[in-house]
Amino acid sequence: MGTGLTGTQEQDAPITTSKDSDRSDIAAAQLDAAKGDTLVGKTVTINRPRQDLYDYWRTLEQLPAFMENVERIEPLGGNRYRWTVKAPAGRTVEWVAAITEEKPGEAIGWTSEEDADVANSGRVEFRDAPGGRGTWVTATLLYDPPGGIVGKVIAKLFQREPAIQVRRDLRRFKQLMETGEVATGAWTQAQRAEEMN
Amino acid sequence: MRALTWHGKHDVRVDSVPDPEILNPRDAIIRITSTAICGSDLHLYDGYIPSMKAGDILGHEFMGEVVETGSGSTLRKGQRVVVPFTISCGACFHCSKHQYSACDNGLPADNQDIAQAAYGQPMAGLFGYSHMTGGYAGGQAEYVRVPFSDVGPIVIPDGVEDDKVLFLSDILPTGWQAAEYAQIEPGDTVAVWGCGPVGLFAVQSAFLMGAERVIAIDHFPHRLDLARRFGAETINFEETKIYEALLEMTGGIGPDACIDAVGLEAHGFFADNVWDQIKVSTFTGTDRTHSIRQAILACRKGGRVSMPAVYGGFVDKFPLGAFMEKGLTLKTGQTHVQHYMPALLNAIMEGKIDTTFLISHRMPLEQAPEGYRMFHDKQNEVTKIVLKPGMDLPQAA
Repeated sequence: MGTGLTGTQEQDAPITTSKDSDRSDIAAAQLDAAKGDTLVGKTVTINRPRQDLYDYWRTLEQLPAFMENVERIEPLGGNRYRWTVKAPAGRTVEWVAAITEEKPGEAIGWTSEEDADVANSGRVEFRDAPGGRGTWVTATLLYDPPGGIVGKVIAKLFQREPAIQVRRDLRRFKQLMETGEVATGAWTQAQRAEEMN
Repeated sequence: MRALTWHGKHDVRVDSVPDPEILNPRDAIIRITSTAICGSDLHLYDGYIPSMKAGDILGHEFMGEVVETGSGSTLRKGQRVVVPFTISCGACFHCSKHQYSACDNGLPADNQDIAQAAYGQPMAGLFGYSHMTGGYAGGQAEYVRVPFSDVGPIVIPDGVEDDKVLFLSDILPTGWQAAEYAQIEPGDTVAVWGCGPVGLFAVQSAFLMGAERVIAIDHFPHRLDLARRFGAETINFEETKIYEALLEMTGGIGPDACIDAVGLEAHGFFADNVWDQIKVSTFTGTDRTHSIRQAILACRKGGRVSMPAVYGGFVDKFPLGAFMEKGLTLKTGQTHVQHYMPALLNAIMEGKIDTTFLISHRMPLEQAPEGYRMFHDKQNEVTKIVLKPGMDLPQAA
């Protein structure tokens, strides 16, 4: 999946770090029902057992605690979830995504439904970190960078660059799991509220 | 509350700003009773540190009384605490190895981008020291929000005055770590560049760790006097060639260990220093590095170089060849304050380390801008300024 080999080279580096311009096609071929043609992937080490991390993530309703631009995720039953995401000018955009992969303690995958304005697929993988250092959490995201109004939504959703958002969300997930809270440099409630917008 | 805020190069003011609030479970709010101006605050004052914003509250050496605690704090209201300048979570891999200044979680996620781009990995958060280090409000204020208050602050026993323990927040552990990184062996001669607070604490620490001789280097006579008080031999570099003196004073061998406690704003009219200054002012380099070059050249073969001094960016003309050929060891880094605090508090209580000698001035917080000016302009007489938010303003004469 997100960490597979390029297939053409004898090496162990993940596909997300490849210089190959076709890397997203290779990654898409490895995801179930993949949507989108732009790939980002990031790994973070978290000093907790992988089952704990999986359990937190599998309760998708909790993800907005560290995903800054996701307002809420509601279960619709049957592995379908409605994502409500912040958009420019105080608006929101919604889509429905279905869980496509569920391996307890190992991996969760999801993909947006056919009529979604923001086509995207994602996968998060939990592996034991070597040397007893906890868990490697790898998030892989495929998305279509669209134009027009949806382009603006995407820009906000991913703070212009999806790699930045994935990286920051993973850091916040790590903070929440290791320290029980998300770090902030604010010193008043009002300042922190402003930072969130 | 009142707080010392940064507005630009050589422009700091005491402003009225909102009081801090508990934002996370492990937070505590501290009412500041003593807070010092650090030599590294002068790097901010002089505009050397990027990612500062107008209105930022400065100050990373402070202590005070706990007035409010979050649900996850282990502190109690009324306790007196000294707060480490590093903001570290105590739970990540690095904290578990006591590498607190390398904490993964001390920086807000968004601020980690700058540090990661500059250094490859983000570092711990720091109080009052730019947005690259988290944008946290500092302690030169009446109150401060302290994150991770269950692992950072150390509780001070009743009856021990502020001035004795305040420097546990930064400069005492920094001087101690510098000496520890010099891996001092019995019989060693240790040379210390810079007799500011960190250098002077490194002198004391080196003797406590068994150094036979310590040679302290500066150009301010008063600071050299202080070093001599702790048993150091001294070199005034305005009158003496440092490399030649160090070799003559060690029988041609060179010091076994060299500690650079000067850093990115080295003074002195040396050819390479002037060149560095031109590059800094034309934005082609950030650090002026004369002292670390001298340390590498003077150090004995197979010796150790310890660098507590603050550097921020890139240098050139680093004597990599001398460093390699002589087989030197270089150890450096921001201080793992939390690791050293308990043992150093004991050393203070037992009278093994003297800290109060350093304080040359005490003044109210309201006079902080004057304090910055004095510290900047009169480094001979002004060794350390401690701001006391509760202190009365002096009556006009």
